[in-house]
Amino acid sequence: MSGFDNTVPSANAHDVDARAAHWLEMRERGGFGETEQAAFDAWMEESMTHRTAYWRVSAAWERANRLSALGPRLGAPEISAARTRASFFVLKRVVAATLLMAAIGAGGISYYLSTSSPEATYSTSIGGHKVIALADGSTIELNTDTVLRVAGADRRTVWLDKGEAYFDIKHDAAHPFVVMASDHRVTDLGTRFFIREDANRVEVALIEGRARLELADGKTKPEILTPGHVAVATAGLTSVSAQPSSVLTNDLGWRNGVLVFRHMTLAEAASEFNRYNVKKLVVVDPAAANAKIDGTFPANNVEAFLDAVQATLRVHVEDLGSEAVISH
Amino acid sequence: MQDNTGSNQEGRERRERAIAASELEGWFVREILPLEAALMQFLRRSWHNKAEADDLRQEVYVRVCEAARKGVPHPAKPFMFAVARNLLVDRARREHVVSIDTASDFDAMGIAAEEPGPDRNAMARQELRHLQSALDHLPPRCREAVVLRKIEGLSYREIALRMSISEDMVSDHLSKGMHVLANTLYGEPGGGKP
Repeated sequence: MSGFDNTVPSANAHDVDARAAHWLEMRERGGFGETEQAAFDAWMEESMTHRTAYWRVSAAWERANRLSALGPRLGAPEISAARTRASFFVLKRVVAATLLMAAIGAGGISYYLSTSSPEATYSTSIGGHKVIALADGSTIELNTDTVLRVAGADRRTVWLDKGEAYFDIKHDAAHPFVVMASDHRVTDLGTRFFIREDANRVEVALIEGRARLELADGKTKPEILTPGHVAVATAGLTSVSAQPSSVLTNDLGWRNGVLVFRHMTLAEAASEFNRYNVKKLVVVDPAAANAKIDGTFPANNVEAFLDAVQATLRVHVEDLGSEAVISH
Repeated sequence: MQDNTGSNQEGRERRERAIAASELEGWFVREILPLEAALMQFLRRSWHNKAEADDLRQEVYVRVCEAARKGVPHPAKPFMFAVARNLLVDRARREHVVSIDTASDFDAMGIAAEEPGPDRNAMARQELRHLQSALDHLPPRCREAVVLRKIEGLSYREIALRMSISEDMVSDHLSKGMHVLANTLYGEPGGGKP
């Protein structure tokens, strides 16, 4: 600005455009009753500025209809985002896929050769939650702080780079759905399951169907998981335990935005909360850490949890803003 | 208002019949909106305050449409740029701006020339790329709502469930999405990608 008095209405265009978009959106939602229609007509009548702004935004929205060519399903723009990055990126993926193929052996060849199409990356921040619908009717739900990549022409291979995801997979024997997490590979055999990756520790819990868990290098005997099985795999060791379905349901509370604790220690509960919130809970003494918690809490409401903890456990909470220190 | 469209232009452009009010929208969308990226480039280069480019753009549209009601300027492109230039001259005079840089004229920018149309397939592909990149300019949640609506064809209710938000929030995201999409689709060359 060069110091003129402001005879030019500076925020005007933005406001008019926003207003025009608002009208269009109301119409899109189907909420144009008689009153709104009259108000809209009056607004349009008011000035040519209003009319051109409305024509413009509605033409843009109309134009965006062509995006449906990108469908069906699977948030196609993520693919496009990958595609618009330089092609060496895609190339790199092909190389990586080829190496993986070599590791997996002959069985994977035809499949991995067909995965040269660009991948899509989905992620959530701390406290985030996202549902991805795949073209084949499968869905994947991402929990807090999670990164998942989808690749392959048929979108049946995903990498869980970190975090946790719930998979509801449409089984297709000819195209098995494969999840790669850390060093492990989980292959669905008709399945609903969830997987959590945390510092090379992979936890797989099976809700329905069957799944196969094995090291990606094929050096271990695969574990076949059935409903209620929870497998915890690290690089060297896989252990499988059976859990009642109620426990698994509780573990999936995050899908509804809640954390369900059953006789959980305060230390464990605090670390669960820390996955979902930027504000971290620190439990400083063993007596407090081992206190048991029961209850269902909104995952993103640390304060409510702290109130409940203070009320029931008689612990001391010192709130430092970015963290809260819990002691006896 | 239409007096400012520049009388020197009126003789040069072939004016066809006056346009009916009902046809004005179609004409504006078809003939004028596709010129927006070039217009914005012209306005940003030629006017001292880039922050006012959107206001100027809006004013150009008003003047062009008011003029079109009397007679459709044909071809539209040189006419619209003449309107834009006259608008800047008016503004400069009113604000006592000493120099306005119309040296970077639209002739020099090559925007007055009619470029040959690419083949239809290439255009369709380009349009899709353009749309995708415009989509990528939306804030993440807003983009998600637009994708669910436009690509997956979901209802407000379904979008709300999918995103775990209220339908009113869906409205907010979509309304914002419409606003930003219009700016990137029309205002930015190549849909906003440099």
